[in-house]
Amino acid sequence: MDTQSYVSVPPGVGMGENFLSLDDILLCHERLPIRTECIFPRLGFLEKSSDMQDIPEGSKMELPLWLCKGLYERKKRVLSVELPKVYREGWRTVFNADPKVVDLHKMGPYYYGLGSQMLHFESPENPDIAQTLLQTFIGRFRRTMDSSQNAYNEDTSVLVERLDCLEKALFRSGQTGLHSFQNWEKGQASQLTASNLVLNYRKRKITDVLP
Amino acid sequence: MFCEKAIELIRELHRMSDGQLPAFNEDGLRQVLQEMQTLYEQNQRDVNEVKSADRADLMPSIKLRHCCLLRNQRCLTAYLYDRMLRIRALRWEYGSVLPGSVQFHMCAEELQWFSQYKKSLASFMRSLRDGGLDITQDMKPPKSLYIEVRCLKDHGELEIDDPSLCPQHFLPRWKCEQLIRQGVLEHVVS
Repeated sequence: MDTQSYVSVPPGVGMGENFLSLDDILLCHERLPIRTECIFPRLGFLEKSSDMQDIPEGSKMELPLWLCKGLYERKKRVLSVELPKVYREGWRTVFNADPKVVDLHKMGPYYYGLGSQMLHFESPENPDIAQTLLQTFIGRFRRTMDSSQNAYNEDTSVLVERLDCLEKALFRSGQTGLHSFQNWEKGQASQLTASNLVLNYRKRKITDVLP
Repeated sequence: MFCEKAIELIRELHRMSDGQLPAFNEDGLRQVLQEMQTLYEQNQRDVNEVKSADRADLMPSIKLRHCCLLRNQRCLTAYLYDRMLRIRALRWEYGSVLPGSVQFHMCAEELQWFSQYKKSLASFMRSLRDGGLDITQDMKPPKSLYIEVRCLKDHGELEIDDPSLCPQHFLPRWKCEQLIRQGVLEHVVS
C-alpha cells in the first residue's frame, strides 16, 4: 500500500465545519433561497434584477450558505432561509419510503453536508430533517459498502454516479482498502513502487506539451 | 456576489485531489486581497456614518461586507495551508531536491518554507540514534538487504562501479529506495 504523504484537511462532522477544509468551503458555496427581513442599504447591485441602490425588505434572493450562516440571527430580523426542495416534506416522504433509489448526486452533490448545515437555521422541521438524513444514510450505506468492497478491476462509474460526496469518499476509501488487501494477497505488498505523485507529475508534463 | 475569485482558488486545488501542486496563482491572490481592501474601506466609511450621522440602518450592510471579508480570509488561509501540505508531501515523495518544473510552481515564500522544512527534518533525523537515522527510507518493511532493480531512465552515473551493460542490477536496498520512488528504477519481484 502506498502511504499517503498528502492528506488534505477532512470535512467537519455533522453540523460542525473545519475552517481549513476545502470540502467544507466548497459545501458552503451552495446557494439557498432566502427572503430579506430588513433593508440592506447600498447593496442593490447584488440583486441582479433590480437597479435600486438598496436591497429592500422582503426581497427574494439566492445567497450562498456561508453568507446565510453569517447573517442569520435567531429573532429573524435579518433574513429568513427557505428549505431547499430536497429537505422539504414532499421529498422527505420519498426518502423515507426507499432511500436506495434516489440519485443523490443530482439532488445537489452535498446532500448530507448541506442538510446538516441547514439545521443551523432553526426551522421547526429540524427534527424531521435530521431524522430523514440519518435514515437515508443508514438505508444506503450497506449498498455503498458492499459495492466498494467487491468492485475489483472494473469500471465503477455506474456504481458511483448516484452517490453524494460523502458516500463517494466512503466508496473511495473502501476501494483503497480492497486494492491494498488484494495487493497483499498477491505478494506485491513488499514491492517498492514509484510514488504516485511522481508518476502523476510526469503524466501531467506530457499533457502540458501536447496541443 | 463577492468572494467569487476566492472560491476559484479553492476549486483550483480541489480539482487536483491527488496532491499535485498547481502553479501559484499570484494574480488570483492579488485580486482577492484587492476585494478585501475595497470591502474594508466601504465598511470604514459606513461605520463612520453610523457614528456621526446616527445611521444604524446601515448595520446589516456592514455585517454583510464583514461576512465577505471573513470568507475571503478563510479561503486564502485554506489555499495557502493546503499548498503547504502538498509541498511538505513533496519532500517525502521526491526527496530533498525538487525538479525544476515543480519549483516553478512555487512562490518565493513557499521555496523558503520548503528549504526550512528540509533543514528541520534533516536535523531531526541526525539527532536520532548515533549518527542519525534516515526515516524517509524503508517506508515498507524490508524483506531483504539486497533487491533486484531494472533501470527505467537515464539518471547519469550511479555511485556504484558497475560498468556492465546488463539492464538489471542486484543492489543494496538503501541505495535504490529513493530512485525507485522517483521512478528511475523499477523493483523486480520474481
